[in-house]
Amino acid sequence: MAMLHLVNKSPYDGCSLNTASTIMKDGDQLLLIEDGVYGAIKSGKAAGLLKGLKVAVLGPDLAARGIAEDKLLDGVDVIDYGGFVDLVTATDNVQSWL
Amino acid sequence: MSDVKKFMYVNRKAPYGTIYAWESLEVVLIGAAFEQDVSLAFMDDGVYQLTKGQNTAGIGMKNFSPTYSALGDYEVNKIYVDKESLEERGLTLDDLQHLVWEDEDEDYAEKDSIRLVTRAEMADLLAEQDVLFNF
Repeated sequence: MAMLHLVNKSPYDGCSLNTASTIMKDGDQLLLIEDGVYGAIKSGKAAGLLKGLKVAVLGPDLAARGIAEDKLLDGVDVIDYGGFVDLVTATDNVQSWL
Repeated sequence: MSDVKKFMYVNRKAPYGTIYAWESLEVVLIGAAFEQDVSLAFMDDGVYQLTKGQNTAGIGMKNFSPTYSALGDYEVNKIYVDKESLEERGLTLDDLQHLVWEDEDEDYAEKDSIRLVTRAEMADLLAEQDVLFNF
């Protein structure tokens, strides 16, 4: 039973990413959207939270915020809205950490 | 005339996720008409407002980041960025827009508007203001 975890808040403004990343199980997928995308910046303090997790970020939200893909942690997938839908259908349930 | 007050706008929110950043910019531009001593501070997630290369085509929202480069024309040329906030988020000055203003006292020489400040310097800046606006 794989779960898709959605985080839409900055890791520096709240504890959503911290909670999501520590509650995730093997096989679960994390998707960072909206202000959540800042969590995937390689040299940011929050990057350590993502170690060993399957992580994707929503490309349009990344572009809107002026964050280039080469600033992201290695292994992070950048996906579009279609990819978002694919993740929803590929997992058994969605937990949105509002 | 000593009725010029020191106004500081303190920006601590990321753009697009909430409306704070855009609202702040609107208020700054309106306030610029009143010829006060205006400065802007960017701290915490507010530093994200100034990243260069923002492209909102994919999210259906207005990209208001080009407006920051107009601030110099409104004599808003003291833009303080908290160094600690920037570093914690894995960003450097190079990731931000290059904002400038023209100094009419020096033959319109182009000068940098953004100044990186330490937390202690930011504390002093806050302490010397007459009015603080928080966004």
